[in-house]
Amino acid sequence: MVKDIDETRQVIYIDRHFIHEVTSPQAFSGLRDRNIPIHRTSQTTATADHNVPTLNQHLPIKEPLSRSQVEALTSNCAEFGVELYQLGHELQGIVHVIGPELGITKPGMTIVCGDSHTSTHGAFGNIAFGIGTSQVEQVFATQCLILDKPKTMRINVNGQLQKGVTAKDVILYIIAQLTAAGGTGHFVEYAGSTFEAMSMEERMTVCNMSIEMGARGGMIAPDQTTIDYIKGRKFAPTGAKLKEAIAYWSTLKTDDDAVFDQEYSYDAADISPMLTYGTNPGMGIKIDQSIPLSDSYEDPKQLVKSLDYMGFAQGESLINKRIGHVFIGSCTNARIEDLRQVADFVTGKQKADHVQVWIVPGSKLVSKQAIEEGLDKIFAQAGFQLREPGCSACLGMNEDKVPAGEYCVSTSNRNFEGRQGPGARTILASPLTAAAAAIEGKIVDVRKYLN
Amino acid sequence: MEAFNTLISSAVPMPIENVDTDQIIPARFLKAITKIGFGDNLFRDWRYDRSDKEITDFVLNNPTYTGDILVAGKNFGCGSSREHAAWALTGYGFKVVVSSFFADIFRGNALNNGLLPIQVSETDLDIIFRTIESNHAAQFEVNLKEQYLKIIDQDITIAFEIDNYKKECLMMGYDDIDYLLNLKPEIEVFEAEHTLY
Ligand code: SF4
Repeated sequence: MVKDIDETRQVIYIDRHFIHEVTSPQAFSGLRDRNIPIHRTSQTTATADHNVPTLNQHLPIKEPLSRSQVEALTSNCAEFGVELYQLGHELQGIVHVIGPELGITKPGMTIVCGDSHTSTHGAFGNIAFGIGTSQVEQVFATQCLILDKPKTMRINVNGQLQKGVTAKDVILYIIAQLTAAGGTGHFVEYAGSTFEAMSMEERMTVCNMSIEMGARGGMIAPDQTTIDYIKGRKFAPTGAKLKEAIAYWSTLKTDDDAVFDQEYSYDAADISPMLTYGTNPGMGIKIDQSIPLSDSYEDPKQLVKSLDYMGFAQGESLINKRIGHVFIGSCTNARIEDLRQVADFVTGKQKADHVQVWIVPGSKLVSKQAIEEGLDKIFAQAGFQLREPGCSACLGMNEDKVPAGEYCVSTSNRNFEGRQGPGARTILASPLTAAAAAIEGKIVDVRKYLN
Repeated sequence: MEAFNTLISSAVPMPIENVDTDQIIPARFLKAITKIGFGDNLFRDWRYDRSDKEITDFVLNNPTYTGDILVAGKNFGCGSSREHAAWALTGYGFKVVVSSFFADIFRGNALNNGLLPIQVSETDLDIIFRTIESNHAAQFEVNLKEQYLKIIDQDITIAFEIDNYKKECLMMGYDDIDYLLNLKPEIEVFEAEHTLY
């Protein structure tokens, strides 16, 4: 913190700034209008992800507007001296996937990006949150932001998860409990043995979706798992600096007597594979539950409107619903661990004929690793299409869209109306549940394969 | 940024909760590299059908509702951090949004773009909706300096909160960058003492 402005407002120093093509052009123009440089280019990293095609990335981008945004990023980064992992670069990928995998994201930092899922980086025990374009310009200009002091929330989950229940189900379960606005204004700490047992990839999946309950960010205290993940990565400290860093990271724990503005506790054993049935991520149910009835729902109008959009009825089960699309990707679930889990499940199986399955890796490095491990062959045999990295059908800004009226089981983070394309109907789920749906062409409880 | 002081206007009612940024401005319209023109696509998929025909029962297509004030249900602006949502609202001509709750990032983005988010209680929001329903042309007065929203027809005055810093910025037409640039010396002192791993 650089300075207190008043009781509620502070000037916060930003250690790392990630940028991408969609929310940066107007901020660069702002600098140009004011005739000022970027304050610390060495703390700024850029990548092209939101708009990029996921096939034939070596060819020029066909869609003229997407091309102009990606080109603007390239020329802006060159003009202002920012390191850019552009399309075709071996380190390119979704901004929240590459930061951690390159070891840029480390504990105890403040991290921002003009993208709400910046909360992903909180998995390393840092303060990471999404910002708007004016704030991108502020960080460019001064490496600082003016912020309101947030409220705090702790969510405890303890115990062992059932087989077939993943980190994605844990966060969908939490959001379903707290609703899409339940975390508004809060920074959330996830604590308890369930999170402690998770890999960094799983912790990132959890923190990634903090924003879907309205929270500003989410974090998990760093531990040995965190340190082991960072060690040896491209931008990780080494030698004496690493020792010093580890000593510092080990101090980043919440005090035992800390008091939170809100606190919730759940039992891991209560969590099942989760699905969303509506048009915000809080509208989720356990796969073996039915869609709620409007008279028992806190906002009946919203329920009716969402179900109308989704083509579902109150009180019905989603099991055996026929689906036409499966999207395995996004900064929530497109890391190597997610791809391995899917490959492991589909080995020797075939997708249903009528389903189109896209696997979109989170980064070039994930892609490369998947191919090195032979996952590409498993996917090809199963009829899953492994594409090139980018945000893709998570937000349908490029040509990867789900057609109107069709159902897509998606490992992404938002099921808003039209998010995956105008009229597209999104059902959020874990990579395992998505893979099982791809195989059967309908929604199934993945646990039946595992027990 | 344009300075904001007082405003007298009718209002456009949108009694929908959890209006997310994807509805305010769908992602496919985020490809521009300037801030201009987003107003045309404000609430695009609610305003136009897939063949770009106006959906007549959507409130923005109903000529009896006009004005610079948008009144919306709880949790307005949830979803993504895209500032384009604020640009779309200001580009369309809105200067004030009234709701019983705003998503955090949206509120910050709005304030940084001269769009005043006014948070009122559920009860007051209800009164406002009912007022507009019974008289589509009902006039409202917004006074930023005195921090109130007045339903002129009914002579009801509703006070609202805004912190002093943001209020001053809006009234002067300043943004956060102007403030931060003045802090550069302090920022550099901080940097000299701060270790980055
Ligand atoms: S994958 Fe989706 S949520 Fe993640 S950064 Fe890209 S668009 Fe945003």
